[in-house]
Amino acid sequence: MKKRTPLSFARFWAIVIKEFVQMRRDRLTFGMIIGIPVVQLMLFGYAINGDPKHLPTAVLLADNSQQGRSILSALKNSDYFNFVRELHTEAEAEKVLARGEVQFVVTVPENFSRNLLRGEKPTILVEADATDPAATGNAIASLRTLLTSALQQDLKGPLAFLAGSDGPVNLLVHARYNPEGISQYNIVPGLMGVVLTMTMVMITGLAITRERERGTMENLLSMPTRPLEVLLGKIIPYIFVGYIQVGLILAAARYLFHIPMTGSIPLLLLTSLVFIAANLAMGITFSTLAKNQLQAVQMTFFFFLPSLLLSGFMFPFRGMPEWAQAIGEILPLTHFLRIIRGILLKGNGFEEVILQLWQIALFAVVVLAVGVKRYRRTLD
Amino acid sequence: MTESFAIDVRGMTKRFGDHTVVNGIDLQVRGGEVYGFIGPNGSGKTTFIRMLCGLLAADAGEGSCLGFDVITESDAIKRQVGYMTQRFSFYEDLSIAENLDFVARMYGVENRREAVREGIERLGLAGRQKQLAGELSGGWKQRLALAACLIHNPRLLLLDEPTAGVDPKARQEFWDQIRELARQGLTFLITTHYMDEAERCDRLAYLSYGNLLTHGTAAEVIAGAGLSNPSLEDVFIHLMDSSKDNYSL
Repeated sequence: MKKRTPLSFARFWAIVIKEFVQMRRDRLTFGMIIGIPVVQLMLFGYAINGDPKHLPTAVLLADNSQQGRSILSALKNSDYFNFVRELHTEAEAEKVLARGEVQFVVTVPENFSRNLLRGEKPTILVEADATDPAATGNAIASLRTLLTSALQQDLKGPLAFLAGSDGPVNLLVHARYNPEGISQYNIVPGLMGVVLTMTMVMITGLAITRERERGTMENLLSMPTRPLEVLLGKIIPYIFVGYIQVGLILAAARYLFHIPMTGSIPLLLLTSLVFIAANLAMGITFSTLAKNQLQAVQMTFFFFLPSLLLSGFMFPFRGMPEWAQAIGEILPLTHFLRIIRGILLKGNGFEEVILQLWQIALFAVVVLAVGVKRYRRTLD
Repeated sequence: MTESFAIDVRGMTKRFGDHTVVNGIDLQVRGGEVYGFIGPNGSGKTTFIRMLCGLLAADAGEGSCLGFDVITESDAIKRQVGYMTQRFSFYEDLSIAENLDFVARMYGVENRREAVREGIERLGLAGRQKQLAGELSGGWKQRLALAACLIHNPRLLLLDEPTAGVDPKARQEFWDQIRELARQGLTFLITTHYMDEAERCDRLAYLSYGNLLTHGTAAEVIAGAGLSNPSLEDVFIHLMDSSKDNYSL
């Protein structure tokens, strides 16, 4: 039998020391070791909230009576609803819901008060944007008790009989766009954005650092090239890769998960182009900032984590505090989620989509500009 | 600035932090000349070459390369220079033909297919054009690199230790090729550690710690050293030792 070298403490210790020295030299990795737990704590501890409150709500008050206003103030006091605007027509209600400006539209019908007092149980209509069932679930659940107790003040003495056992009013909740509250309807389209964010940023993130690490950068720079040629040349091929992913996920959404596809698929493909380009631009810019491939991967991760958590993919966007929403508004994924859910579930058209799309485009342009500026034409 | 000089620069200087890597080097290389750059590792040879082709921004210096201003017209210089890096810097995951095709496109070579085919044949790479560059041995990689550097018909070739790690026979063939190309009018600036290669250069310059210590033909360099019956190697070792006293690290 072959004699094996005995274990050596000295050799083991040599490795330990070397690892510590290398760790100290690699500032970014060290930053990650500190940064990741801090960021995670902040996000999970403060930003994420499974019970979103103060959801923006619009009111269509067709009957400006004492009882109507009692209901509204009860909703307002419940913490779940924040009245942000008053509407006058059904069409307006349709629009603000489609654009995602409000989560709820509460309609108090004409002659509400009169019908209430006649004991005819008038109907209060609450339309909810239920594309993300998690965002609206608790608010809707609280509605019935809320309404009954709100009217108790007004229905006293001779009117007390109206408060009857099953309540004085009918509550009609329309969970719009996703009436059955199927969470896949929300998650699967969103997943397209998540997958694209992860892969596209990573692919181009390595693009420049790989050239630098393999030594081919020196050759590339010795040729007469302009930064934009190199950066765009490295972005374009991966747009096709992105479209392959889009196709795969759309097919799965349709045939495996039976996600409704209400809106225009060509429009979705067009907006995907902008979104893919934005992520590729982000990656290529990381690539110009990173010293090596490992750093590029770390930067990608640092971009991906908030994208996942603050975009409204995993947790309802409106459940987050304002500072977290402000960060979320910068991220392309946030806007892409609104677009894709809007197109597939709400049937949104170009008019609604452009409100989000320009923000993704702006992100892409700014990030690419940074990349072009940071791209070094020399080896200095 | 005379057109007969392919390279005519003065006071070229490069600092990294407070470390001066190239210290005010003057150099004149005639068209069609094979000019050798000799000097120990870290003497500034690579840095000087990189400044010539615009890969590094010079901190000081002026002059011309192929008639273009070496500081301001590096794009024009890049178009007419072939630069062969010390470390193989073509794409190992592309085939020989694909690498050549890429370079030809980057330089906008006319009759690209023809140029690629010629490049493959001239360097004896025919039949291997589909092989991945990463699978080639050192000698073949070096041939490929030279073929790629020549594809856009440059007027000046900057070769940074082109024969490092190449076997003697391949080195011999490589130098035969260089002499032939020089005969056709191409100018060369070559760095090397091999004395036999230094002797095949028309003229030489010896660099140490960023300074150009001596230059001229091999005979001139030997005569100028003031040693009794030295070889070129003796001269360089002598220079290396004496420059150490003046420029300690």
